[in-house]
Amino acid sequence: MEENRVVPPCQLLLIGGSAGSLEVLFKLLPRLNADLPFAIVLVLHRRSTGDSSLTELLSSKTVNHTSEVEDKEPVKPGNIYLAPADYHLLIEKDRTFSLDYSEKINFSRPSIDVTFESACEIYGESAVALILSGANEDGTHGMKCIKKAGGRTLAQNPETAQMPFMPNYAITHGVIDYVLDIPQMADFINQMK
Amino acid sequence: MWEMIEDEDIDLLLNDLFDLYGYDFTSYSRASLKRRIVRLCSLDKFPSFAELRYRVKNDPDYLKRFVEEITVNVTEMFRDPSFYKSLRDDILPILGTKPFIRIWHAGCSTGEEVYSMAILLKEAGLLKKSLLYATDLNPSVLEKVRKGIFPLNQMKQYSENYIASGGKKDFSTYYTANYGQAKLDRDLSEKIIISTHNLVSDSSFNEFDLILCRNVLIYFDKNLQDRVLNLFDASLGSLGYLALGTKETLKFSAIQNKFKQINREKIWKKIV
Repeated sequence: MEENRVVPPCQLLLIGGSAGSLEVLFKLLPRLNADLPFAIVLVLHRRSTGDSSLTELLSSKTVNHTSEVEDKEPVKPGNIYLAPADYHLLIEKDRTFSLDYSEKINFSRPSIDVTFESACEIYGESAVALILSGANEDGTHGMKCIKKAGGRTLAQNPETAQMPFMPNYAITHGVIDYVLDIPQMADFINQMK
Repeated sequence: MWEMIEDEDIDLLLNDLFDLYGYDFTSYSRASLKRRIVRLCSLDKFPSFAELRYRVKNDPDYLKRFVEEITVNVTEMFRDPSFYKSLRDDILPILGTKPFIRIWHAGCSTGEEVYSMAILLKEAGLLKKSLLYATDLNPSVLEKVRKGIFPLNQMKQYSENYIASGGKKDFSTYYTANYGQAKLDRDLSEKIIISTHNLVSDSSFNEFDLILCRNVLIYFDKNLQDRVLNLFDASLGSLGYLALGTKETLKFSAIQNKFKQINREKIWKKIV
């Protein structure tokens, strides 16, 4: 945490979560400001028979426009995007989303690592990533990539996580800049430029 | 891992593939393609990208592996059961009124969806008057379609999908289990015609009543998607059907006004 470093503006916030992460989002999303100057991408481990009710549920918790990603859709600031069930979510150079139905990574599709690494490639230091509750190693590789590129990396405080393994795994691998409780996450995100 | 390959390197490799072998991957979605190439470099333990490029250029046997690995060949039987239920309930009864049914599975990979369709047709009593064209750019996956042998450990999932799609029979009556493999019944493959076809460069080769191309367009950029959709339009008879993957759409495409989506599934009917 070099305090003197000029912090690059956030252009994309990535949030990865697995078991126990929905409850966090239900508390976090209502605390976020309207019209954030960056897009938020949610990559959540979910059942492969994705029903659209998760989008509706998340949407009901925020004033920001929330939708499940469609193939080749542009990434627009202020919107919240949910990775579709059973596809990996990637980002192209022209800042559009693309989907991929290749092998599961970390037993997961969508995999948090896949999206974080792809976003890191495009957004580099202007990407910010947050890892939430979960019982899987997914996400740590992607966070490592973002940290190395100069982007900021955040983890849910494992003591507040229903499943502490996932944030803990990232923290113990030295890829996390800030460990935050839910109210701190909201403050951090709202003050990000 | 990502940073070891530059976009310029990928361009060089894609040019080689086109110049030497006629495979054109330049309009594939770059993010996914690059991920596949990085994955292959690490799977096959190439010390550098230059070594991969050299191998692809000079070893035709390796080229086969390369094409098979950078294209995604993950598929399953009766994937998205509600889609198959709609084929069963809404589409096949209409196709059944025709004297003859031609179906094209474009980018069929190892053929799980082709065999799923054959089962639907058989149960509707239509298989005998149908032809299923199964095409892919990749000869080695088509060899698997020809054999109709799939891993036995997948069959439990496929059986669940089949039942969720409205299947009433015991799914295990469709295959013979042997040494961890399930061999699908020969009468299912009798009406399957297998051929290589590259959606990037090949043209229309017949007129169809139904074209299925699910989870193929996601790997293409917008321009190539439009080209392929035009190809499908040109290959469909009037009132023919086009079926895409659950996250693919005709919306925003040049042909959208010629088609009408029939229900919540990604199935469109050609209306002009």
